Amino acid sequence: MTSLDTHSDPIILEMRSITKEFPGVKALAEVSLRVKAGEIHAICGENGAGKSTLMKVLSGVYPFGSYDGDIVYQSEVQQFKDIRASEQAGIVIIHQELALIPELSIMENIFLGNEPTRRGMIDWAEARIRSTELLARVGLRENPDTPVKEIGVGKQQLVEIAKALNKRVKLLILDEPTAALNESDSQHLLDLILGLKGRGITSIMISHKLNEIEQIADSITIIRDGKSIETLDVKADGVDEDRIIKGMVGRTLESRFPDHEPQIGETFFEVKNWNVGHPQIQDRLVCKNSNFFVRRGEIVGFAGLMGAGRTELARSLFGRSYGRFISGQVYKDGRELHLKNVKQAIDAGLGYVTEDRKTLGLNLLDDIKATTVSAALKKISKHNIVDVDKEFTVAEQYRKSLRTKTPSVEEGVAKLSGGNQQKVVLAKWMFTDPDLLILDEPTRGIDVGAKFEIYGIIQQLANQGKGVIVISSELPELLGLSDRIYTIFEGAITGVLNKEEASQESLMKLMTSARKTA
Amino acid sequence: MNALKKLFGGNTRQFGMIFALVALIVFFQIFTEGRTLTPGNVINLFNGNSYILILAIGMVLVIIAGHIDLSVGSVAAFVGVSVALMIQDWGIPWYLGILFGLLLGAVIGAWQGFWTAYVGIPAFIVTLAGMLLFRGFNQFVGKSNTIPVPNDFQYIGSGYLPEVGPNTGFNNLTLLLGLLGAAFVVFSEIRSRRKATALGAEVPEAWVTITKLILICAAILYATYLFATGRPGTSFPIPGLILAILVLIYGFVSSKTIIGRHIYAVGGNRHAAELSGVQSKKVNFLVMMNMSILAGLAGMIFVGRSTASGPFDGVGWELDAIAAVFIGGAAVTGGVGTVIGSIVGGLVMAVLNNGLQLLGVGADLTQIIKGLVLLIAVAFDVYNKSQGKRSIIGMMMKNFSRNSESRPEETTSTKEVIARES
Repeated sequence: MTSLDTHSDPIILEMRSITKEFPGVKALAEVSLRVKAGEIHAICGENGAGKSTLMKVLSGVYPFGSYDGDIVYQSEVQQFKDIRASEQAGIVIIHQELALIPELSIMENIFLGNEPTRRGMIDWAEARIRSTELLARVGLRENPDTPVKEIGVGKQQLVEIAKALNKRVKLLILDEPTAALNESDSQHLLDLILGLKGRGITSIMISHKLNEIEQIADSITIIRDGKSIETLDVKADGVDEDRIIKGMVGRTLESRFPDHEPQIGETFFEVKNWNVGHPQIQDRLVCKNSNFFVRRGEIVGFAGLMGAGRTELARSLFGRSYGRFISGQVYKDGRELHLKNVKQAIDAGLGYVTEDRKTLGLNLLDDIKATTVSAALKKISKHNIVDVDKEFTVAEQYRKSLRTKTPSVEEGVAKLSGGNQQKVVLAKWMFTDPDLLILDEPTRGIDVGAKFEIYGIIQQLANQGKGVIVISSELPELLGLSDRIYTIFEGAITGVLNKEEASQESLMKLMTSARKTA
Repeated sequence: MNALKKLFGGNTRQFGMIFALVALIVFFQIFTEGRTLTPGNVINLFNGNSYILILAIGMVLVIIAGHIDLSVGSVAAFVGVSVALMIQDWGIPWYLGILFGLLLGAVIGAWQGFWTAYVGIPAFIVTLAGMLLFRGFNQFVGKSNTIPVPNDFQYIGSGYLPEVGPNTGFNNLTLLLGLLGAAFVVFSEIRSRRKATALGAEVPEAWVTITKLILICAAILYATYLFATGRPGTSFPIPGLILAILVLIYGFVSSKTIIGRHIYAVGGNRHAAELSGVQSKKVNFLVMMNMSILAGLAGMIFVGRSTASGPFDGVGWELDAIAAVFIGGAAVTGGVGTVIGSIVGGLVMAVLNNGLQLLGVGADLTQIIKGLVLLIAVAFDVYNKSQGKRSIIGMMMKNFSRNSESRPEETTSTKEVIARES
């Protein structure tokens, strides 16, 4: 069968100089990847390095023709026009967000889009026999009729794999498979992936959890800034976590930041024993007993991997706009604050620039001037009537001082580039005149030049005596910008480092492991 | 083309629809051999559609906020019958009746707003239930009978501006209203132009403004002439007057007040609005409540016009109002739409209806044509949404604004910035 082919050619997949561009951004530049048949191949890189984009190219989400370069799979150049085409070839991708339908049963999910039929009718008897068999293979002991929403995330992940096996998968791609799983579920999943390897199924795994990669991967390709940096052979090269981190972050810090002399004052904002529960899942904490403080004029960084709970912490502080508040105190200028909604938070002098500009930060239907004043309409209104002339004047001021590139402030924000959109969002929050401004991924999706300008704006705000919190996945950014950096792992603050003692390696260690020192 | 672009371009997106309206009027004027633009017909058109247009005002706010209200016809009917009964049985004066009707509308609106905003049930469901509920109440309370209303109450539905002052051959009040309207338009345009210049914002060239003003004033004055020269006893109708006042108020509220901004913000991106301190539940509640108050008003005007309340008042009104709003450029997904656009959209439907009637087209064909007009208008909207444009008006303006597509520069090089910094 196919095992004969794979023996004669040990390389099952080769991606040659893949280049993928989005308007204004080069997501992948000449990326190459060689995967041997029957191995577990890990892809490592920071958030935004291009790992997921590469996998989307491979699985046909970005169809042939929308990228440059060749995909050679089983010794043939492939031209996948959609996911179906790649699945027919035996390549199945399991996304970070599971593609299961919660209301349907395990069996129905496994066969979704792939239903066994007899004379045009779904053959449920056949489906039942096959799903029992598949569930046994992935080690899931559940009734196939159980609705998927009633089983935990770990088991759902297994259902996804069963679904992939049903498609006669030869190359399984797992995007952050253990991100949402607890320790024992993760271990079970890793064992399963090893088991699949024993049956000749090749896996590509994207993961941030380096210990897992070290544990099961045979080789590792490191991607950084849309380029493939190196491929390591785990056994031959004696790879360990530090080696991977070095590959992932190894870039130099040139003059990517404006010069800045911090003028740090006294502590004015303090959070104590902050506990927040997951909005849906009972008993799951997204913030675990967090304690931190911010001083006037200080830029405080928050480092953590995606999903570590950084955004959850920020949003729960910002008027409880996320999660279920459980316990904790917030002090500002010595007084305890009870912020029950966003309006109160804004009135108390807090500002929060969201991580996701387009879905949370902007009304894309608005123009620049309306956006600029939208969080502080009271300031330009009399008797609840908006003074549109003041609106224009204010927007114009910020356009000039932040150097927003636009023909006029009456332009729609949807038309602006990412960097300029971010400037408009910053203007919006600067106009509320907050004492503490929380910036969540302030430079995501922004080109280098605009980043530099935004760093300058952040430093200016600090110089005005405001406290600034910067949440970022980009460690160089945090290192270049912050005076002090907290690290978060799985909802808990695992450490705090001063600018002088922080390095990418030391941060990465704290970000990927449970609390070492109390 | 360029001249037209300047004249109708800019941020006044309604002009696309106004084009369609004018074209429609001209078309019918020609094909009905002048029977469209006669005083009698125009007065009729306003009288027969003002309550739908009033509903459209409330509906556009609901739709901007991202909801829909299917119950307005039933609410209107229920308020209408309640007020009629109250006047008949308790003998309260007409103004108390109106006050009571508005109050009842507010209570109903609070009920629907509560379920929509605070319980989080989609407005479609809440108002579908309301549609059944209040239709039932209407027939229960009125025992499915026709209940007449007295003459003074009929005035709000079928009255006209009275004759006052010297005999000029026109209705003097209508004339005065028309002149005031024209003066207001000229005054506000000049004022905003002056302010914009003072602030250093872009202003269109003088001839553009002047031509625009001349066209608008001509339209207003011509309409005034038609209304003022109707057969004796008729003039500008009272429902039209109520409508005009509401358009002014709601136009102002939606574009110039904080609550207006909040409605657009909630409809445009609810999460972003909430994270900017907008209390979206409150906004949704108010929008739903307001709709029912206006529905109550529309119901009373209709009862006044038809001199009695009946069990089948207001059937299908919700669809007319919704159609008007969507033809007027509102987006199905919320966040987009204007009061004035919805009025124009409603007038398009009204003129279409009226013109086809004058041409002797049957009700069957009229419905088919109206259905197609609505479908095409919204199809454009959806198509443009997928193209990144906003609405049918955006589409109509596209031809005029192709040259003005301004693409900001995507990238700034670091060197450039550093050079500027130093």
